[in-house]
Amino acid sequence: MKSSQNKIALIGNPNSGKSTLFNQLTGLRQKTGNFPGVTVEKKFGTLRYTSPDGKQADATLIDLPGIYSIYPKSRDEQVVVDILANPQHPDYPDAVIVVVDASNLQRNLLLFTEIADLGLPIVLALNMLDVAESMNLQVNAVQLAMPFAVPVVRINARTGEGVPNLKEAINRVLGQEQVAMSYFLDPLETQEGLVEEVKKTYALENNYLAMQYVCQHDEFTFLNRPERQQLDELIEKYSFDKTDFLTHETITRYERLRPIVQKAQTVKGAIDQPAWTRRLDRFLLHPIWGYVAFLFVLLVIFQAVFAWAQYPMDMLDMATAEAIDWTKKTLPEGVLNDLLTDGLMAGIGGVIIFIPQIAFLFGLVGLLEESGYMARVMVIMDKLMRKFGLNGRSVVPLISGVACAVPAIMTTRSINNPYERLLTILVTPLMSCSARLPIYTILIALVVPDETVLGILNLQGLVLLGLYLLGLVGALASAWLFSLFIPRREPSYFILEMPTYKLPRWSHIGYIMFDSVKSFVLEAGKIIVAISIILWVLASYGPGDRMDVAAEQALQTTSSASASIQEAAVASARLEASYAGHFGRFIEPAIRPLGYDWKIGIALITSFAAREVFVGTMSTIYSIGAEASEDALTIRKRLQQERNPQTGGPMYTPAVSFSLLMFYVFAMMCMSTMAVVYRETHGWKWPIIQLIYTMFLAYGSAWATYQLLS
Amino acid sequence: MVTSRNVADLKKGEIGIIKSFSDREMSLKLLEMGFLPGCEVRLDAVAPFGDPICVRVGGCYCLSLRRNEAASIVVE
Repeated sequence: MKSSQNKIALIGNPNSGKSTLFNQLTGLRQKTGNFPGVTVEKKFGTLRYTSPDGKQADATLIDLPGIYSIYPKSRDEQVVVDILANPQHPDYPDAVIVVVDASNLQRNLLLFTEIADLGLPIVLALNMLDVAESMNLQVNAVQLAMPFAVPVVRINARTGEGVPNLKEAINRVLGQEQVAMSYFLDPLETQEGLVEEVKKTYALENNYLAMQYVCQHDEFTFLNRPERQQLDELIEKYSFDKTDFLTHETITRYERLRPIVQKAQTVKGAIDQPAWTRRLDRFLLHPIWGYVAFLFVLLVIFQAVFAWAQYPMDMLDMATAEAIDWTKKTLPEGVLNDLLTDGLMAGIGGVIIFIPQIAFLFGLVGLLEESGYMARVMVIMDKLMRKFGLNGRSVVPLISGVACAVPAIMTTRSINNPYERLLTILVTPLMSCSARLPIYTILIALVVPDETVLGILNLQGLVLLGLYLLGLVGALASAWLFSLFIPRREPSYFILEMPTYKLPRWSHIGYIMFDSVKSFVLEAGKIIVAISIILWVLASYGPGDRMDVAAEQALQTTSSASASIQEAAVASARLEASYAGHFGRFIEPAIRPLGYDWKIGIALITSFAAREVFVGTMSTIYSIGAEASEDALTIRKRLQQERNPQTGGPMYTPAVSFSLLMFYVFAMMCMSTMAVVYRETHGWKWPIIQLIYTMFLAYGSAWATYQLLS
Repeated sequence: MVTSRNVADLKKGEIGIIKSFSDREMSLKLLEMGFLPGCEVRLDAVAPFGDPICVRVGGCYCLSLRRNEAASIVVE
């Protein structure tokens, strides 16, 4: 069942330059997908090399998650050993490249010896020699190659130096006959009986692989229940203690590595991290300056996502509107035309509008990650976040959520603990995203006087700030609440490597931006478009001919008014008679306690497509005319004039307006967010729980607000 | 009186030699991350609010860990 293309796996410690090397080897010929059977993202690409007969050949390069040893600490890391221990796995490699950070030889070689003992054809890529050099360390590749009997290639993943040699070495290894196995650490030394019996029972040849069956069988997806039970019995029979064995194994490997490292490595002076890394750390981890610097970084991110991204977003918005307009006019009128333009194209427009924000956000976050600063942010925020069941790493998504929850949830991938990642995904949408801003602005302008308090502060601005803070408090409190109910499967730990500061590589940032946009458009986009079409159908069709009748009536009652008012009245009447309108009427009893009527009900529903739709829907419903949404003042005036049919007073009393504001602070963002939560959690369970929870929260707080104020 | 000290007890800039680990489960993680018996550990920085801490192992690389994790590393 092997495909003709060779498969090569890339393995290494986190921060060893593995991803950089992956980009260097594959360029833009890379894809993302999932490892079969598990919910871990898989990055793979095409590696082009010259085969022995001089022809160009392609191999599939698979980027495996960064690990410190083959004994996994998280579900992401689990994938590596699940593949390497199972020759039947579709991703089982024909050869392995182990990337080793020369500035941290001993620890990186620990993983290397483990992989080597599994008996796979292997190439050692010696990376970061320049970093080692700056730390007064010199590493001799030849000295390193001798004891291991594998090709050792000096590379610089950042510049691409040594990559042709690496390809040549891969080629050589692939063509090689398998030689007799020599173990770096043979488990037979300590566990002879157990290893022999496992080998016999499962027809294994490799001693170390047999040991992995013993140690990790509960996590191996390719073993069935009787096989696991049988292994448990063997463990019992030989009274094998896993933790003792693993500790002994790790210490022994390190002991045997020490002389090898000493021989291969020349120390030219006091070993220390580069001086500028130390100096920067003194500043960026400082109890006061550290936070000041972090705040400044936040400010830049906000600026980029709110202000700078606005220009390309406006352009995309205009381009979409123009394309829809053009299509509408060019194609013959009819249902197909409407479906194509108002349904499908509007849906696609709703997807691509996010591209600038996603690209900017991921680019900036990638920049922080590449430079090494992100690790410092996690350190200074960990204690605070831990109080709420989160992790220092949760800071990034929470901040990004103020721009848009969609890219923010995508950044949670950097949280290795699945539990803390889930909590972060669940609460990130409570951060007030940029799409809620128009709603906030209009409703605040309606009921909060434009006054100055305490000399300098604008009251409306203060209320706006209050809403954002309320979102943050809601997010942290919810995280704490969820942490009480969701069982923690893996203990939280925070041992984090602090990489040296590096100048970012722009091409790598480019890949990150390209990749995040691509996966968003292709995967979340599909779902957004689908829901857009459904919403279009619901708003365009009504039971029987009621919509036409309603439109006719509206035409008659407004016959004396101008054409634009007439048109708007017809649109409003049709909407009321549509399925969406009926639905608005249907849910009216449910939202009545919040002070809303069916018109607000429709806006609530349509704004599920995207928050900004709320303002547009309101303008349609309140007969303001389609273009009026550009002019916030007009909408405000119309809303001010809207009367409550029951009381005769204004519809938008402070009670109703604040109730709506509360609703939007807590309500489940939009379907794009739901789609992305579905994608990131691989199922509908969590998006649905999240929807119910936020609906409950939004409804409850809106109800309390309305009842208190009215 | 000699009591066993751990990495969490170190003062800023102080160096300790790793002797052993007091938590069996944690010790494996720490070992794999490069905390080896006999290795020098120096407390480099303390995050605001005193936790987590940043230590340098063997002079060459920096790790950050929580106080309760550091407390399982016995030093002399």
